[in-house]
Amino acid sequence: MTVWLAIGITAAGCYLVKLLGLSAPAGILERPLAKRLAALLPVALLAALTAQQTFSDGRHLLLDAKAAGVAAAIVALLLRAPFLLVVAAAVAVTAGVRALGG
Amino acid sequence: MAEQGEQTHHAHPAGPPHRALPAAPSAPGGGATGAAAPGERTTPLPGERPDSAVIRDALGVGVAVGLSGFAFGVTAAGAGLTLWQTCAMSLLVFTGASQFALVGALAAGGNPFTAAAGAFFLGVRNAFYGLRLSAVLGYRGAVRPLAAHWVIDETAAVTLAQSGRRGARLGFTVTGAALYVLWNLTTLGGALGAGALGDTDAWGLDAAGPAVFLALLAPMLRTAVERCTAGLAVLLLLVALPLLPPGVPVLLAALAAPAVLAVQGRRRPAPAPARAGGHDTTGEDRA
Repeated sequence: MTVWLAIGITAAGCYLVKLLGLSAPAGILERPLAKRLAALLPVALLAALTAQQTFSDGRHLLLDAKAAGVAAAIVALLLRAPFLLVVAAAVAVTAGVRALGG
Repeated sequence: MAEQGEQTHHAHPAGPPHRALPAAPSAPGGGATGAAAPGERTTPLPGERPDSAVIRDALGVGVAVGLSGFAFGVTAAGAGLTLWQTCAMSLLVFTGASQFALVGALAAGGNPFTAAAGAFFLGVRNAFYGLRLSAVLGYRGAVRPLAAHWVIDETAAVTLAQSGRRGARLGFTVTGAALYVLWNLTTLGGALGAGALGDTDAWGLDAAGPAVFLALLAPMLRTAVERCTAGLAVLLLLVALPLLPPGVPVLLAALAAPAVLAVQGRRRPAPAPARAGGHDTTGEDRA
């Protein structure tokens, strides 16, 4: 039930901000500070989420095969690999390291 | 950082939409501003790109990203969500990063409100895409609430790369439709497939989530401001994680954004000339 609640809140919230943007009179969100914050917020969130999902099980810090997988993703990104290849590299390396008993 | 003088060092607000994939507007039809080849039977006005080029861009992005719905389906199922919950998210939330974030937060055992808050804040950027798109698309009436659901990174990227309303609407519609259909079908496929795979961790699929975040993040790290923000966010998260309840550390780490802006504002009190029109002076990436 709590899962459905979270899904409902997220769906409603995410839809409303999309609609707000599309319907707001131009200028309302055009203040430079608001725009810069909106551009920077995803950077902070995505970085935090990457770190959280790489180095923890949600509650505790841990270092496991996922770290190797994410390192592979970084290499793929530096090589300008396409999106799917980046994800595939992370998955394959993580699975490989686990198979080797890492 | 050391360089002063350059105005609006950071002048790409809601941004030249960072796409995760290098498929999009750089596509062959390219030179986006280029005159449409004369003599071809294209209906667009001169100066607009031919429909076929717009559609090709749009489908390319749609297919590439739609497929990562598979990773989402698998991740969600692996995190313990039911098939219905997984599919409902792709149908109703339809903004990838928020979906992955919510699944991660729920899997970690966070309460539904903090979990939803993290996902919601990630979705806020779509409001700024919407603002820019509404001028370009000019939708009114009943179309607007329908179109709103498709306002995401990728549709914004394709739409804003077009010149002219006609191309923009075509790009938006084709990208939106391709993405929506594929994202939902592949979500379903991933969720069903995860059951067949058994222990998804053994297949390394728990690494798909962070890899997706990283791939979304990488193109955003253009200047020192973004890099500092990302670094600070990671630091805050790692410190907070063992101390605070699940879901809260990510929200705390989000404060890195206002913090960096505040520090930056203090260093450069002159708020930059009223040029702020989102023009991208090049050469600033080597900050």
